[in-house]
Amino acid sequence: MMREFGLNDVYFLLLAARWTIALTLASTLIGGLIALVVAILRTMPFRLANWLAIGYINLVQGTPVLGQLFIFFFGFSAFGLDVGAWTAAVTAFSIYASAFLAEIWRGSLQSVPKPQWETSAALGLRYFEQLRYVVIPQAVRISLPPTVGFLVQLVKNTSLAYVIGFVELTRAGNMLNNATFAPLIVFLTVAAMYFVMCFSLSLTSRKLERSLHVAH
Amino acid sequence: MSLIELKEVCKRFGNLEVLKDIDLSVDEGEIVAVIGRSGSGKSTMLRCVNGLEPVQKGRIVVDGTDITAPKADLNDLRQRVGMVFQSYNLFPHLSVERNVTLALRVVRKTPEAEARDIAHEMVTKVGLAEKLNAYPDELSGGQQQRVAIARSLAMGPKVMLFDEITSALDPELVGEVLRVLETLAAEGMTMILVTHEMNFARTVGHRVVFMHEGRIHEEGPARATLDSPRTAELTSFLDAVLH
Repeated sequence: MMREFGLNDVYFLLLAARWTIALTLASTLIGGLIALVVAILRTMPFRLANWLAIGYINLVQGTPVLGQLFIFFFGFSAFGLDVGAWTAAVTAFSIYASAFLAEIWRGSLQSVPKPQWETSAALGLRYFEQLRYVVIPQAVRISLPPTVGFLVQLVKNTSLAYVIGFVELTRAGNMLNNATFAPLIVFLTVAAMYFVMCFSLSLTSRKLERSLHVAH
Repeated sequence: MSLIELKEVCKRFGNLEVLKDIDLSVDEGEIVAVIGRSGSGKSTMLRCVNGLEPVQKGRIVVDGTDITAPKADLNDLRQRVGMVFQSYNLFPHLSVERNVTLALRVVRKTPEAEARDIAHEMVTKVGLAEKLNAYPDELSGGQQQRVAIARSLAMGPKVMLFDEITSALDPELVGEVLRVLETLAAEGMTMILVTHEMNFARTVGHRVVFMHEGRIHEEGPARATLDSPRTAELTSFLDAVLH
């Protein structure tokens, strides 16, 4: 049965967009926490930790996120663990985000000038105190633009979760298209919603950048 | 007993020997000026004294702590040894006040109000009370270096190490930093300063140590040593820097 694309459908898409946002937020949060640990392991003066972090980053970056989605969705059930689409998607995108954020943040940590470490060491701060009070605050400022750049990618990449049946914006668009056979208007609306999400992310970052004392 | 004691200290970077059998002792209240060409090992020696550079051989004892011992607590030592660098290295994300209070708050766990009092006192001492809330990028090089000195003094160190602290400054800003050092000297602070300011070394320093190719080549009372050097190397070095 065919019907017209109407305001109700826009509302339907907006509801689905909430899941795109939720998936992005959850993966950013969990992925960000993992990334922080990995970035620190990657930069600390301890070889074994460096190697572990490098291995993790390469492994995750070297495999497609689509494959990771399948692994967590179908792979877990092979072990009798029945995970839903949401759990599988959050797990896959968290891990995906963690590797990329770790690499971005590693670069930011390393671009804080070495004398900043030395000076804080000379004041009696221990390694993790130097990291927390001197290095990370400066690295955050440096990392802001590339981090937001990645998050914009992440918002759009969450659309891949539709392959495991997770209903987010793209999947919802697909469903509407099947009902209305109006692909142009449906997917233009979908694209517009992605654009609004990504563009507001970029705007926020630009505002944030201006309000911070950036290292020279 | 001397406050700082270096005994047969050797330091290598790979195959490059930068310090060769350094023996040096500094008494409490003494001001030692370390001079020499670049690459002679002056800065490295200074950095060894607060454990920023590990040494391969020899012993360094600072205020009773053997910092070359395998289990030496460097963080404890560094609270008693202040160090100021050529490039100021203020923390750019923190105001002047926060720069000065950071180590007090984090390392000493000094209560906020008390830390601010100390910061205020130290920043006033270097003549920058009105800049307490400024950020480093709003200060001139000379002002930044004075804040860096205040930041070190806040920890109440027993000795201050100065690593060419006026070398990066415009000539007209050198004076204000040297005046701060003179104040410290008058208060009896123990200081080791690596410097190219021969005049300052001569008038404020008690002793001059001339380093050449990783060794202490000549040392003695500041005025006498600089006025009538005994070795050809120091003579030619002084000729080179004074003309």
